[in-house]
Amino acid sequence: MVGRVIKRIYLYLIFLFLYAPIVLLVVYSFNESRSMGRWRGFTLKWYAELFKDTEVLRALYNTLAVAVLSAVIATVIGTAAAIGIHEMGRIKKAIVMNLTYLPVINPDIVTGVSLMLLFVFTKSFTGIGLGFFTMLLAHITFNIPYVILSVMPKLKQLDRHIYEAALDLGATPFYALRKIIIPQIMPGIVTGLLLAFTLSIDDFVISFFTTGSGVSNIAIYVYSMARRGINPKINALSTIMFVTVLALLLIVNKRVSKDNPKPKEDMR
Amino acid sequence: MKKAFKIFGLVIMAVIVVSVFAGCGSAPKAQLKVYNWGDYIGEGVIEEFEKRYNIDVIYETFATNEEMYVKIKGGGADYDVAIPSDYMIERMIKEDMLEKIDFSNVPNYKYIDERFKNLPYDPNNEYSVPYMWGTVGILYNKKMVDEPVDSWKILWNEKYKKQILMLDSSRDSIGVALKMLGYSLNTRNMDELEQAKEALIRQKPLVLSYVGDEVKDMMISGQAALAVVWSGDAVYTKRENPDLDFVIPKEGSNMWVDAMVILKGTKNKKAAEQFINFMCEPEIAFRNTDYIGYSTPHTEAKKMLDPEVLNDRAAYPTEEDLKNCEVFEALSDVIKEYDRVWTEVKAAR
Amino acid sequence: MRRTYYAYPYLVWMAIFIVVPLFLLLFYTFTVTTEEGIRFTLQHINRIWEPIYLTVLLRSILLALICTVICLLIGYPVALILSGKEYSQNKILALLFVIPMWINFLVRTYAWMNLLGKNGVIDMVMNFLHLPSLQLLYTDYAVVLGMVYNFLPFMVLPIYSVLTKMDKSIIEAAQDLGADYITVLKRIIVPLSMPGVISGITMVFMPAVTTFIISRLLGGGQYILIGNLIEQQFIVVGDWHFGSAISFVLTIIILITMGIMRKYDKDYEGGAIW
Repeated sequence: MVGRVIKRIYLYLIFLFLYAPIVLLVVYSFNESRSMGRWRGFTLKWYAELFKDTEVLRALYNTLAVAVLSAVIATVIGTAAAIGIHEMGRIKKAIVMNLTYLPVINPDIVTGVSLMLLFVFTKSFTGIGLGFFTMLLAHITFNIPYVILSVMPKLKQLDRHIYEAALDLGATPFYALRKIIIPQIMPGIVTGLLLAFTLSIDDFVISFFTTGSGVSNIAIYVYSMARRGINPKINALSTIMFVTVLALLLIVNKRVSKDNPKPKEDMR
Repeated sequence: MKKAFKIFGLVIMAVIVVSVFAGCGSAPKAQLKVYNWGDYIGEGVIEEFEKRYNIDVIYETFATNEEMYVKIKGGGADYDVAIPSDYMIERMIKEDMLEKIDFSNVPNYKYIDERFKNLPYDPNNEYSVPYMWGTVGILYNKKMVDEPVDSWKILWNEKYKKQILMLDSSRDSIGVALKMLGYSLNTRNMDELEQAKEALIRQKPLVLSYVGDEVKDMMISGQAALAVVWSGDAVYTKRENPDLDFVIPKEGSNMWVDAMVILKGTKNKKAAEQFINFMCEPEIAFRNTDYIGYSTPHTEAKKMLDPEVLNDRAAYPTEEDLKNCEVFEALSDVIKEYDRVWTEVKAAR
Repeated sequence: MRRTYYAYPYLVWMAIFIVVPLFLLLFYTFTVTTEEGIRFTLQHINRIWEPIYLTVLLRSILLALICTVICLLIGYPVALILSGKEYSQNKILALLFVIPMWINFLVRTYAWMNLLGKNGVIDMVMNFLHLPSLQLLYTDYAVVLGMVYNFLPFMVLPIYSVLTKMDKSIIEAAQDLGADYITVLKRIIVPLSMPGVISGITMVFMPAVTTFIISRLLGGGQYILIGNLIEQQFIVVGDWHFGSAISFVLTIIILITMGIMRKYDKDYEGGAIW
C-alpha cells in the first residue's frame, strides 16, 4: 500500500518536472509584462505581434513547405528503395542497410556540416547557394532512411505467393506491384510519411547549417531569438507549436492504436 | 487510418495551393537580400522601402563581423547589401568581395559628413556608404558598482565575479584586453597578443557570459553590473534604465564606422543602390538613428535629433574622449592568429 | 521478380548526399591550403589533442555521462512503475511521456531559460521564501538540467517498451518459488530489461555529447562543449579544416560508443538463453 503511494508520488513529481516548464511558458505567453518573474494581467498582444511579424510567417511557410515536400519525396524514393532492397541478395542488402543506418546514427551536427560542405562545394558549378532548395535536399536526405526503416518490416511480412499468383494470372509486374504490394505495405508507407513529416518540422541542427540567404524556418527563428534572451513573442510561438504538436499527436495516436496496438518506438 | 491520410492529404493540398498563390503573387517582384546587424534598423523602414520600390526585401541579421564574413566568404549564401564595420570592409575590398557603388545612383551621399569620407578602410570612397559610427566602452549599473569606473581594469576585478558581460566578438574582446594591457588594438606583436589571451582566460571565471544583442535586456533588467558595449547600445539602455552609465576608459578604446556595401555577384545592383540611397534619406536616416540609438554620420538626420542626445557623450563623444581611440585595421597577415586566440579563449575554462 | 533497380534512385541519392559529403569532411580534415597548393596534413587532428581542446572534449563526454547516469537513475524507476500492474493498462500515461519528446527541443530548452534566469521563476520563488537567489543560469547545473530534461523520455521509453513486452509468467514463477521482490528485480527484471537500458543509454548519450543548443542557451556564450566548438569553427571563425577535424573525431567517438554498446547487447542476448 505504501509502495503504491510512493510510486504515485514519484510519477507525479516526474510529470511535474516534465510539464511545469511548458505550462509556465504557456501561462506567461498571456502575461502583460515582458519579464517572466511577474504577472501583470492577461493579454493577447504577444500573439498579435507574432502574427504581424512577416519574418515569422515566412519562416512558418518555409517550415511547412519543406516538411510536406521532403516527406512526400522521401516517401516515394524511400518506398521504392525499400522494395528494391528487399529483393537484394544478402551481402548487398547488408551493405546498403548499413549505409542507410549511417545518417540515423551520425550526429545531426556532423550530417549538417558535411552537407553544408557539399552545397558550398557544388555552388561553384550549379550556382545554387545555401537557401530553401539546399535545406529541402538536406531534409529529404535525412528523411529517406526513416521511410525505409518503416516500410521494410511490412515487406518482410508480405506473402509473396499472392504476388506470384497475380503474375501467373497475367498481371504485368507493375500492375501487380500497384494492386498487390503497395496496398499491403500501405500502413508502413503512411507511418514513414508521418514520421518524415514530423522529423522535418522538428529539425533544427541540419537546417541551421544547410540554409542561408535569409531563408529560415521556425526552429531557426526561435533559436536566433532565444539566443538573445527571454522574449514573450517566443513564448507565444512556443505555445502555438505545443498545441499543434499535441493535436497532431492525438490524431496520429488514434491512428496507430487502431492500426496496431503496440506503441511505436522512436528511432532517433 | 483513412482519416489521418485524408487530413495529411488536405495539409499537402493546402500548402501546395498556398505556395502556388504565393508564387504568383511575388513572381514579378524583384528581391533584395539585406544582411545587417541585429536590432540595427528603424521600425517600419524595410516595409516602407518595399512598398515604395515594389521590391521584396529578404532581411537577415548577424551578430559579429566575423560571422557575416564567414557566411559570405564561404560562398554558401548570396546577399546583395551588407553593413559590416571598417576593418572588415578593408578586408573584403582586399579579397575582392565587394562591388563598386555607382554614386550617381546614390545622390543622398551628399548628406554624409565629410569627416566620414576618405577613411583609410575605403580611401577613395568607392565601395561604402557610412551608416552609423560609435565607440566601445563600459556600461555599468551605478547601483551595483560604487567605485568610479574609468579603466578597463575593473573588468578584471574579483569583486564583480559573474557580474561582467563581455562581447561575443573576437576583435572587440581581444581589443579590450590589449587596451587594458596598454597595447595597440592592432598589434602584430605575437607576444602582446599572447598576453591578451592569457588576460582573457584569467578573466573568464568572472564573466557571466559572452553576449551579443541580449546585453541590452540583461543590463536593463539588472542581471549584470558591468558590460562591454557598443556606444549606441549604451544610449538605448540608458534611456530604459536611468541607473546605467557609460564610459570610454582612459586607456582608450576602439572607434568604428559601419558602412553599407554591395556584395560581388549581386543580381540586383540597381535595387541595392536604391536601398542605400533610401537609407540616406534624411527622414529615414533620422528614424534609424533615433530608434537604435547609434550615432549617425548623416548631417541632416543629426540636426533633427533631440539636443539631449547630441549632448550625450556616449553618443557624440568629445575630442578628449576619443584621444586614445584607435580604428581597427584589417590585419590580413595575422588575422588567423587572432582567430586562434579567440577560439582558445572560448574553449578555455 | 528482381526489382532491385527500384533502389537505384535511392542509391544515387545516398551517394551524392551521404557519401560525397563524408568524403568532403575527410578531405577538409586531412588537408591544408598553402601557396603551393593543397597538401595532406595531420595538423588539424593533432591540434585537437592540445590540452585546451582536449579539455573541451573530455568535459563534453563527462557532462554527457553525468546526464546519462542521472537519466538512468530517474528514468528506470519510472519505466518500472509505468509497466507495473497498476499502470500497465493506462496508455494515456505512457503517451504523456511521449509528448515532451515531440515538442521541439528548442522550445523545451527555452522554457528552462525562463525558469533559471535572474528574475526568473525559480529566483522569484526563492525571493518569496526569503532565500538567496541561486544564479543557476549559465552554470554547469543549468546545462546538465537542460540535458536531463530534454533526454529523459529517450531513456524511459525504450526501457518501458522492453518491460511491457516481458513475459510476466517468469516473474510469477520466480515468486512462486519464493523469491522476494528485490531478488526478482535483481535476477530477472533488470537483466531482461538490459536491451532497453542499452538503447536508452545510447539515445541519451549521443545527443547529449553533440548538443550545442543546450549549452549555448543555458550555458551562455562563454560555455563551450564540443558541439559549440564545431559550430564556432563553421559559423564564426571560418576554419573549416579544424571544424571538419573535430566533426571527424566526434563521429569516431560515436561509432566506437555504438560498437561497444552493440557488443554488450549481443553478449547479453547470447547469454540470455542460459
